[in-house]
Amino acid sequence: MIRIHCPHCGLRDHDEFSYVGDATKIRPNDPAAASPEDWHRHVYLRDNPRGPHLEYWHHVYGCRAIVKVLRDTATHEVLATGLPSESLETAP
Amino acid sequence: MAEYSVFSLVRHALGGHKGWARAWRDPEPRKTYDVIIVGGGGHGLATAYYLARNHGITNVAVLEKGWIGGGNVGRNTTIVRSNYLLDGNNHFYEHSLKLWEGLSRDLNYNVMFSQRGVLNLAHSDGQMDAYARRGNAMRLNQVDSELLDRTGVRRLYPYLDFSENARFPILGGLLQRRGGTARHDAVAWGLARGADRLGVDIIQNCEVTGFERAGDRITAVQTSRGTIAAGRVGIAVAGNTSRVAGMAGLELPIESHVLQAFVSEPLKPLIDGVVTFGAGHFYISQSDKGGLVLGGDLDFYNSYAQRGNLPIVENVMAIGCAMMPNVRRVRILRSWGGIMDMSMDGSPIISKTPIDNLYLNAGWCYGGFKATPGSGWVFAHTIAEDRPHAFNEALSLDRFATGHLLDEGGKGPTPKLH
Repeated sequence: MIRIHCPHCGLRDHDEFSYVGDATKIRPNDPAAASPEDWHRHVYLRDNPRGPHLEYWHHVYGCRAIVKVLRDTATHEVLATGLPSESLETAP
Repeated sequence: MAEYSVFSLVRHALGGHKGWARAWRDPEPRKTYDVIIVGGGGHGLATAYYLARNHGITNVAVLEKGWIGGGNVGRNTTIVRSNYLLDGNNHFYEHSLKLWEGLSRDLNYNVMFSQRGVLNLAHSDGQMDAYARRGNAMRLNQVDSELLDRTGVRRLYPYLDFSENARFPILGGLLQRRGGTARHDAVAWGLARGADRLGVDIIQNCEVTGFERAGDRITAVQTSRGTIAAGRVGIAVAGNTSRVAGMAGLELPIESHVLQAFVSEPLKPLIDGVVTFGAGHFYISQSDKGGLVLGGDLDFYNSYAQRGNLPIVENVMAIGCAMMPNVRRVRILRSWGGIMDMSMDGSPIISKTPIDNLYLNAGWCYGGFKATPGSGWVFAHTIAEDRPHAFNEALSLDRFATGHLLDEGGKGPTPKLH
């Protein structure tokens, strides 16, 4: 079991959460001005790193808030968690 | 090299089985190859085999970072089928299924392909309608399919939960009798031996660490066993595609996820086909050694770890018990994880890339094993002719930019859902 520190509820099992996905993808600020290539990159392309990965989890069976998590995809170790507005330190 | 046959078996039996030669050589890498295939899994080996067999290109190396049969080709649940709705997928997978039907003879190696039938259960009227539609789409493409009602399913598998208490009553199912299973290790070994006999060098313990480029071309592959010059390079490393393609500067519509599989203690013959549950994700068959082979959903988060977590184990077992109550006291012997290339539309990519002499075979999601011979066939064609085969035109990498997606389930760009 992966254990995720929810900023609102504390340390919880990951099966209380629903995985949302890559948190580094930011929707184009001005949708009308974004090119098809901008949308292609936003919707489809992913870094998919082996190692620290910034991602969102939805605490759907808890406080129902979205939590930002930095997690190592090779070991499943959770390196940092916070609010979506926070920028989490990249692991050393 | 000796053909494998009943006569050679008898001859070697008389010699105490001491005279068998190794199935494929263990060569040192040469300085240069016409084609280098990165990845010695089923798809990479099949590609090398068909490059030599269909296109006469034999100056080929397959580079494998581990050993043959150690990756996803040895980690799957061995199911083979071609029950797809969309033309772009259906033609490709049906071509692959036809190759499976002759593969043992073609390779002179028994891959134990067994057409025992693949049955998808339906549990709602809507699902029956969807299966009727898919079955009809298959038949329009000359692929066999049968829509069974509840009685028809019960005749085949009377021990599924047909009781009044079933949480998801079985209304019927879609059956493809030509589907089935194959021995996954034998597929890897047979293809490795077949490619080797045609002159392909299979180089194990050789990890690719980078690519040397000149403009829009790859000139050489850097490996843990030295730099090897290459005329053309094919990547077939599902699970690690983003990492290897990243070394060549490509960013891909792929996420890596872990999928678990399980095998039970050996039992007397119980399930003679492949059965999948329709109200959740679960599939089960029985190996020739007697173990029940089963699996379910992904763990649903990005992972390269080749091992999963217990919530999915519990979920898979719960579905199994709900569908087939008679397995409730069977013990699971082993479980393991494999890393899937989850693509953004759930369909694979066999394609040219923005780099002139680099070709990509990736994005297999849950379903790479069944595609092994077909994937090798069309990928070899793509590399040899520098253009896609008719059966992989729809599987191009640029379909995500142009909008020509192949989304069987209509699930959108969320890799974990495919």
